[in-house]
Amino acid sequence: MVETGGGAVKARVLIRPKQGLLDPQGQAIERALPALGFDSVRDVRVGRLVELETDRPERLQELCERLLCNTLIEEFEIVEVEP
Amino acid sequence: MRFAVVRFPGSCDDRDALLACSRFGEAHFVDHRESDLAGFDCVVIPGGFSYGDYLRAGALAGLSPVMGAVRRFAAAGGPVLGICNGFQVLCEAGLLPGALLPNCGLRFVCREVEVEVASAATPFTRCTEPGTRLRIPVKHQSGRYWAPPDVLDTLERTGRVVFRYAPGHNPNGSERNIAGVVSAEGNVVGLMPHPEHAVDALLGSADGAVLFECVARAEVAA
Repeated sequence: MVETGGGAVKARVLIRPKQGLLDPQGQAIERALPALGFDSVRDVRVGRLVELETDRPERLQELCERLLCNTLIEEFEIVEVEP
Repeated sequence: MRFAVVRFPGSCDDRDALLACSRFGEAHFVDHRESDLAGFDCVVIPGGFSYGDYLRAGALAGLSPVMGAVRRFAAAGGPVLGICNGFQVLCEAGLLPGALLPNCGLRFVCREVEVEVASAATPFTRCTEPGTRLRIPVKHQSGRYWAPPDVLDTLERTGRVVFRYAPGHNPNGSERNIAGVVSAEGNVVGLMPHPEHAVDALLGSADGAVLFECVARAEVAA
């Protein structure tokens, strides 16, 4: 996922509520959509996106586990790493 | 008894906590940059919005210098009470199990609720009886207690649920009506309701005072 060594990288970390956990924010959005005519939308879930730049990409995983994400209730994905 | 009331940037119930503690002992504020809690007999982590509740409620406060001292204090068996945001901080710091999620209704709830003492085997409930009902307020947006089912089972089986919302009083969708829990070692307690806001009849209820009284009395007995 992450190339190690050499220079700064930009990373995007996607953080989502774990599957099966009630997400009232997603529900509220889902319930509001029909008022705008969007009546075919299901399973809305709201997470968080963290963009960052780092010289130590090999530590990203640890950084996510220790701060960005509470792994008890959330899961994360390091989705995009540009040189 | 000497109480330490920890203050983070964004704490807002610190003065009420200090007042509640000072009815039963000597109480002092301790700044979040401090790393020493020597000389204190009890630590209270008050409510508020520490570090703006950025990232997740309680997440950043859990990393502050004073929390290292709280960890050591707790490891040595000292009584620690986390109220509301303080409960969130203790969960995020791994001193208590579970997490506090956004309320089911997504609303900030601010009202008086009835809470039952589920365990009288903690320093903060020791002078009560199981089943004792306390009228104390809640005021929070992320107070829905959640833990995996096996953790909840363990908590119940080992008597670590300390407070439950009385039937019909669960304001946030907390699992199994849990309002407060205690650490495996029995000395770190966290709860979402605010006992420090209910220490005088003038405030609508004085039922919350008993938590501070219990811990102060325990010291006298010890």
